[in-house]
Amino acid sequence: MASRAQLSFDRPENHTLVVRISGSWRVADGVPGPSEIQAQLEPGPPIGRVQFDTQNLQAWDTGLLIFLRKLQDQFANRQIEVDASGLPDGARRLLNLAAAVPEKKDTGKGVTRTSFLPMIGEEVIRAVVSTAEMVRFVGEATIAMGAFLRGKASYRRSDLMLIIEECGAQALPIVSLISFLVGLILAFVGAVQLLQFGAQIYVANLVGIAMTRELAGIMTGIIMAGRTGAAFAAQLGTMTVNEEIDALKTLGVSPMEFLVLPRMLALILMMPLLCLYADLVGIIGGLIVGVGMTDITFAQYVNQTIEGVGLNHIVLGVVKSVFFGVLVALSGCLRGMQSGRSASAVGVAATSAVVTAIVFIIVTDAVCAVVTNIIGV
Amino acid sequence: MVVNATEQEAHITVKNLTMAYGDFVIQRDLNFTVNHGDVFIIMGGSGCGKSTLMRHLIGLKSPTKGQVLYGDQDFWAAELDEQQRMMRNFGVLYQSGALWSSLTLAENVGLPLGEYTDLSPSDIREVVSLKLALVGLAGFEEFYPSEISGGMQKRAGLARAMALDPDILFFDEPSAGLDPISARLLDDLILELRDSLGATVVAVTHELASIFTIGNNSVFLDPETRTMIAVGNPRTLRDESKDARVRRFLTRGESDLPTA
Repeated sequence: MASRAQLSFDRPENHTLVVRISGSWRVADGVPGPSEIQAQLEPGPPIGRVQFDTQNLQAWDTGLLIFLRKLQDQFANRQIEVDASGLPDGARRLLNLAAAVPEKKDTGKGVTRTSFLPMIGEEVIRAVVSTAEMVRFVGEATIAMGAFLRGKASYRRSDLMLIIEECGAQALPIVSLISFLVGLILAFVGAVQLLQFGAQIYVANLVGIAMTRELAGIMTGIIMAGRTGAAFAAQLGTMTVNEEIDALKTLGVSPMEFLVLPRMLALILMMPLLCLYADLVGIIGGLIVGVGMTDITFAQYVNQTIEGVGLNHIVLGVVKSVFFGVLVALSGCLRGMQSGRSASAVGVAATSAVVTAIVFIIVTDAVCAVVTNIIGV
Repeated sequence: MVVNATEQEAHITVKNLTMAYGDFVIQRDLNFTVNHGDVFIIMGGSGCGKSTLMRHLIGLKSPTKGQVLYGDQDFWAAELDEQQRMMRNFGVLYQSGALWSSLTLAENVGLPLGEYTDLSPSDIREVVSLKLALVGLAGFEEFYPSEISGGMQKRAGLARAMALDPDILFFDEPSAGLDPISARLLDDLILELRDSLGATVVAVTHELASIFTIGNNSVFLDPETRTMIAVGNPRTLRDESKDARVRRFLTRGESDLPTA
């Protein structure tokens, strides 16, 4: 069993220091720091030369090399000549190898601290740049859309079908669950309040109008942002990392038409359908509570819903859902294309896609609510 | 890295190894020995299972049949924690570096040290800067992999492979994607590290220049017969092999040409 790393010193002559290294010098066992050498250098006449004695060195690894590198630095500072001939052959060669390429100093990677005002400035500039990028992206997407309408867009129809399946049929289970429960919850809240003055029949209006006008669209939008928008961002982000986007560009294929357009089209087509479906499922959820909790019959509830929910509510909800679909597709694709070239950057892109999409969905919906109120739709 | 590592002693022994994905057999009945201090080349045409063989050696894929012995210990028969202890003695350089893209070079090299040693952060920094200096990347500690060139990524990958002072270094296509001079420098570096660290090197490659510069032992896998058809020093194989396929590979097909 090898003994611990040991260090001793000897001065055969006045100006020469012999460093005796013995025992086992391994990183895992710990090696002496350079402070012991420091202590040897301070007293006595100045040392001009250092030699090494490693006859009793049993084993070594990186630990020895690190120690020697620190020594070299110290001796170089004091202009002491180092005679490396006593060191093990391998260690000497590795030290030479490590010193062969000089350290790159001008890498510009130093820690820079910015004070408060410049930080605000930088943030503002970043915000402006990112808004400009967003506008540009929307513009490019519009152009791609125009190309599609003129029948000149280059994209693969099979891609479009695949994406339609992914964000249409495969989203049905989650959309069903969420909208059913939202309808249920609305009916519960409404029924408890309306029962107090005997107006329980209006549960049907409450659920029907809230679902068709607002909630079905918003809920599907948010579901799609989390489900599909994040997937778009991750896909395009990974493609950026793998230089697949670059490969498309160099082939003269516009990534906007090839990648973004089919995703946008798929959501534009599927979102209204999902929204209508969510309307229906939400109303069924409300119906179950309405009929179960109050004295309304099935037929009464259905009739009240048909009477209370005008076509204008349904159309408004569906139209908004188309816009939500565009928002989800655009923010997913935008963040994906902006993604940096690393695994964590793809993660950031996916997160940011979901956040962007949800923010825009809610803001758009709020604006719509105000505008429709004013014009009286 | 013990100072007097015994030469000519079996380090890795492969016995009757059969590799397969499901029912599809890649290679069967492989038998060869890698000695301490060897630079062992796994060669063969594209798709013959070179990289798959390496994945069996480094413990990423278990063999369908046969054994991989390190010293006299059967890797695939060992307990999981024993396997992990053995794997800690491997340093692996993957084909494209496989650096973790969200970590800086210093963090990449320092991660195995932080996981498997009790070193303090400042000691880890020392070891990291030494390893990066050894591969000629001193001063690049704070760079991200995406900010440096492909050759530098490969060298940084090598620094990470060496972080724990492994006994065996595995290289998957070390010179693929490098210019001839960088490839040559990397070959020299591999030899230098083998000599000074006393490590055993196993390299998967089909670069002839590398094969002859660094290799002193090799196995030749044939995709047609799905087994090994030659083993030994690649230079000797080139000059003396009786098998035309091996000679043809090692001379870039020139042994087919009529000799004047």
